[in-house]
Amino acid sequence: MDTLIQQIVSGLATGGIYGSVALALVMIYQATEVVNYAQGEMAMFSTYLAWTLLNAGVPYWVAFAATLVIAFVGGLLLERILIRPVESAPVLTIVIVCIGLLVILNSVAGWIYSYIQKPFPSPFPSRPIQVGNIYFGAHDIGALAVTLVVLAGLYVFFRFTTLGLAMRAAAQNPVSSRLCGIRVGWMLAIGWGLAATVGAVAGMMVAPVVFLDPNMMSGILIYAFASATLGGFTSPGGAVLGGLIVGVVENLVGTYVKFIGTELKLTVALAMILIVLVVRPSGLFGRAAVHRV
Amino acid sequence: MAALLTVRDLEARYGETRVLRGISFEVAEGGITTILGANGAGKTTTLRAVCGMVRTAGEISLGGRRIEGWATEDIVRLGVAHVPEGRGTFVQLTVEENLRLGAYARRDPAHLDADIQRVCRYFPVLAERRRQTAGTLSGGEQQMLAVARALMLKPRLLLLDEPSLGLAPLVVREIFRIVRTINRDERVSVLLVEQNASLALGLADHAYLMETGTVVMSGPAAELRENDAIRRAYLGY
Repeated sequence: MDTLIQQIVSGLATGGIYGSVALALVMIYQATEVVNYAQGEMAMFSTYLAWTLLNAGVPYWVAFAATLVIAFVGGLLLERILIRPVESAPVLTIVIVCIGLLVILNSVAGWIYSYIQKPFPSPFPSRPIQVGNIYFGAHDIGALAVTLVVLAGLYVFFRFTTLGLAMRAAAQNPVSSRLCGIRVGWMLAIGWGLAATVGAVAGMMVAPVVFLDPNMMSGILIYAFASATLGGFTSPGGAVLGGLIVGVVENLVGTYVKFIGTELKLTVALAMILIVLVVRPSGLFGRAAVHRV
Repeated sequence: MAALLTVRDLEARYGETRVLRGISFEVAEGGITTILGANGAGKTTTLRAVCGMVRTAGEISLGGRRIEGWATEDIVRLGVAHVPEGRGTFVQLTVEENLRLGAYARRDPAHLDADIQRVCRYFPVLAERRRQTAGTLSGGEQQMLAVARALMLKPRLLLLDEPSLGLAPLVVREIFRIVRTINRDERVSVLLVEQNASLALGLADHAYLMETGTVVMSGPAAELRENDAIRRAYLGY
């Protein structure tokens, strides 16, 4: 029983990270119907920037905040410079640009920082937290808390601010948005900036667990795809919940189904993608796409 | 009366097809002008051209300022509110959010709640539906929401594209009655595009008749309404 609860909490912690990356994917997908395959590498690159700051002696939370700002500006600039010129191109063109960005960010990170794994510090104590007879990793609890704060912040932003409302409007109906005076192009750029920021948080929270290297996000991106598919690519809340479910299921299956263990865990994510696509393609909370012909 | 909107020799094309072949018209300050014509005459394109949604040649001036080639978002900031064909409501957002978006481009976003109440006085049903998503409204209610959202801008010029489309006659009459009230009480000039000629001529003070991208006739709405020959030839009633 204790193991079960521990595994569930630890699954929620990694699930929160999958959910954050999934949310970043969904935010861009909703606005542009494009899946940003470079989302994981953008997060990885942000985490390296945080590592550079920490190495220079900047205190953790200052480096954390600075990384979020840099990630936001970086995401915004990527949209303006790379995506804007192909905005009205076929979806496939934009996907290719995203994949190109993935490869470039990965190589540049390897070139600057080498492919050798680096330890990345956790801001939380290494001593486990004891509740009754059960021990929880402090980083797990901390990462989950940070993730939930970020998600709550985004919810408040999109739900209650005028800019958040304008961004939702621009994603839904660009033509009507322009008629309301909303600068749709900038809303998309801000969306990329926010997605990059959320990804940066995920990167910094997962790096202490998986260690920092240029390929650290590739597996997580697949989990994020599973999360977004499960929750529904049209539902931000669903993507986050999907992430938590994927995290918990992956952990429980890894622990209790002996032949899967840690080696075959990623397969669980792929199996979930497949099952959802066959049984309920729009995901648990997504809307089925209806196109008028 | 001075002209608020003046359009001269306006041309527009979609690909190789010339949709507007040099049309000229005016909307008087405080007046209601209507553009009538059959499907494909270029009425919708004319409205889209006025708010910078299609590339055009020719002159468009609003209150003496040349605005051709401006971005839609900037034209909106001059006080041009466009209620597009098919209403263009944000169906997944609530009625209140739709209304808040209508005021997005205003420089004085204060008194937002008071303004929502003000436009809901014209359309009381919207106040009842405030928290519902726009997609759950009936067609008539969505058209009312679209007009209400446009009013949230406190516009100088209201562009209405076929507000009668697909609505029951009673609802249409109600909406037209409210447009007249708005024109009078809010001092908004109106440019109305319609296929329903008898209703539009009843509302407007001035009318233009379009046929395949050109203006074939214009004059005071009352005159066009009284002229049997015109009515039979062009307006079909």
